[in-house]
Amino acid sequence: MLELGIEVDPQTAKCGFYTHNRAISVEPEGRMELHMNNLKLRTAGMAVSAAALSISLVACGSSGPAGTGASADSATMWGLTGGDQPVFQASVESWNKAHPDSAIKLDFFANDAYKTKVRTAVGAGQGPTLVYGWGGGVLKSYVDAGQVDDLTGFLKENPAVQSRYLPSILESGVIDGKTYALPNNKVQPVVLYYNKEVFEKVGAEAPKTWDELMALVPKFKAAGVAPFSLGGQSKWPDLMWLEYLVDRIGGPEVFANIAANKPGAWSDPAVIEALTKIQELVDAGGFINGFSSIAADSNADQALLYTGKAAMILQGSWIYQGMKKDAGEFVSSGKLGYTPFPTVEGGKGDPANVVGNPSNFWSVSSKATEEQKKTALEYVKDGMFTDENVQGLIDSGAVPVVTGIEDKLAASPDKDFLTYVYGMAKDAPDFTLSWDQALSPAQGDAMLANLDQIFLKKITPEQFASTMNATIGK
Amino acid sequence: MSTTTTTPQRELGTGHTTGTRRTLEKGPSGWLAVPALAFFMLFAILPLLGVLFLSFTSWDGLGEIKLDGLSSWNTVLADPVTGNALLVTAKIMFFSFIVQAPISLLLGVFTAASQKYRAALAVLYFVPLLLSSAAVAIAFKALLDPNFGLGPGLGLPILAQDWLGNSDLVLFVVVFVIAWQFVPFHTLIYQGGVRQIPASLYEAAQIDGAGRVQQFFNITLPQLKYTMITSSTLMVVGSLAYFDLIFVLTAGGPGYSTRLLPLHMYLTGFKANDMGAASALGVILVVIGLALALFLQRLGGKNRNASQLEGA
Repeated sequence: MLELGIEVDPQTAKCGFYTHNRAISVEPEGRMELHMNNLKLRTAGMAVSAAALSISLVACGSSGPAGTGASADSATMWGLTGGDQPVFQASVESWNKAHPDSAIKLDFFANDAYKTKVRTAVGAGQGPTLVYGWGGGVLKSYVDAGQVDDLTGFLKENPAVQSRYLPSILESGVIDGKTYALPNNKVQPVVLYYNKEVFEKVGAEAPKTWDELMALVPKFKAAGVAPFSLGGQSKWPDLMWLEYLVDRIGGPEVFANIAANKPGAWSDPAVIEALTKIQELVDAGGFINGFSSIAADSNADQALLYTGKAAMILQGSWIYQGMKKDAGEFVSSGKLGYTPFPTVEGGKGDPANVVGNPSNFWSVSSKATEEQKKTALEYVKDGMFTDENVQGLIDSGAVPVVTGIEDKLAASPDKDFLTYVYGMAKDAPDFTLSWDQALSPAQGDAMLANLDQIFLKKITPEQFASTMNATIGK
Repeated sequence: MSTTTTTPQRELGTGHTTGTRRTLEKGPSGWLAVPALAFFMLFAILPLLGVLFLSFTSWDGLGEIKLDGLSSWNTVLADPVTGNALLVTAKIMFFSFIVQAPISLLLGVFTAASQKYRAALAVLYFVPLLLSSAAVAIAFKALLDPNFGLGPGLGLPILAQDWLGNSDLVLFVVVFVIAWQFVPFHTLIYQGGVRQIPASLYEAAQIDGAGRVQQFFNITLPQLKYTMITSSTLMVVGSLAYFDLIFVLTAGGPGYSTRLLPLHMYLTGFKANDMGAASALGVILVVIGLALALFLQRLGGKNRNASQLEGA
């Protein structure tokens, strides 16, 4: 007999256990045929169940203590793990304490897994009452499918809700003149971060132009430091480079044309030049060794910056929250530097333009019960952006999307960064939404896959443009 | 007609005995298979038909399901990524097999003997099978990290490769991790197979003066023929289902280097939200799986039920 409780009967040599998530039984020789038939059938079934299996894979979220006290028909809310998690949790917990009759059940998921899960759930009518989103093309696909409620009337009835937001940010939840999503957290411009300690050691200054940036690459390499960290496996961090370069070279109109599905919009010279510059930077060794296997969801990319293995990183303002938590000393001692994306010589874009996410949003599922919808909207009205909630966001290192917070920002220990981000978002002549969220999901996915190929130098900028032109209108 | 009416008494009696004999000869009633078949219809055949239907539609997972003829099939078959996914799947299948089969055969033979230390080692070899694929993938991802992993940690330049970011290396890394996880399973199968071989065969061989190596090639290997077919089938068909491990480890990257067919199907369906194309890929996967299982069954030869044991 065998150890570990696995039984192997020497008479039949039959053993049973699980592998590949399926039960597999091994039959003795004499019964091979029976076994093979089972296997064949199982093979057929398993391909189909692969999809179901993968759903269950991404379905592993975490339910916080906020879930307690909520019953099966209470309103539900799905949020993201990471930076804002404790803030959302505290907000919902105090709401539940004050409103035991209309408690909200809150679950958290990792970013990439959430994006897959929520869409499948909404499509199956199993989505949460409050759907966490980014606005843009994904929101439009929900609107087109009639999955989220029109909140225009709610805003009209509650002018206090409307007036608390920065108007430009509220705009991102509007589709065809109607509001379908309300901002729920913080402004998230993409910022060029750098490690001041590493810069001092090498004797470098933060780059103001693309040429300066390229000139820094050999300097850092000679010092044994990677110039840029990049979470290439997650693919969306690659996109930040393209977004900023296209904006600096051709201005925001270039992407506006792409988003408007104009034929051939991807062949714009600004796109080609931006992609060429990215490949030049890859060739020069600008990105850290192994960037294509680094996942941003695990925060490995920011760890490279604060451990001094990389000098710079282009990332969203939200990684400040992560670094504050994981490397508090590095942040509080002022070793973290930040600067706008460099200008490109001869470029048309305003150097004050910003790309990123104006905010995240709550949409209300149209499949929820009236009771759930009522609770959800009441929470949006009275439970969100309370003084406590706003302060919680600021303390976590984020800039809430509400007006009149200048004093609070100035009183924060992170005031330098927070006022910088607030100013950046408020004064930007143009704030372009992250392209993967602005485009339709099919187009966004194709773009990320092809951009990955650009960073790996498997395709040329021209190939990228022609492949992407073919996806226009999809 | 006349016989039945004239001899009702005898009919009853013989009917009873033939019934019993039939049970003995043909096994239990076919009706016993009904519950299993019903489940199988519900959870395997019906979804399969559903997928077949979806492959002729266009659906983004949210809106209406629209009949769309062959357009999903045209997209899938014209897409170079599909061809690449097939190639990656074939490569992983091939390398997994030639790595796992000999190792698990040798380990199985080794652990089948009765010495205590071999039993202790067998327990150790078994450990990877107790871990879930996702856990294995996360652990290896951390170990193989080019900046924070094993290589830089131990200061060994040989281990400080870009294991998961280098398009040429990554396939072999994936094959290695798969082998690490599944060799114990196949070792177990071989161990069971070897323990079934009657000791008298070895005794006879020893009397005839055969050494250990000769015994291995002339007794152990031929006696394990069907165990090998079982294990190989599981390895080959199983590699069509590698998903969770690779999804977590590389997410199919860098680029398309490890985007094998099941992963391609998932990403097409749930990332690009093209359920029509994903269903077409699912159908391709099923067809390939069935063809492979059939082929491997044929390998067993026509006379599958013949005994290999002594005296037969």
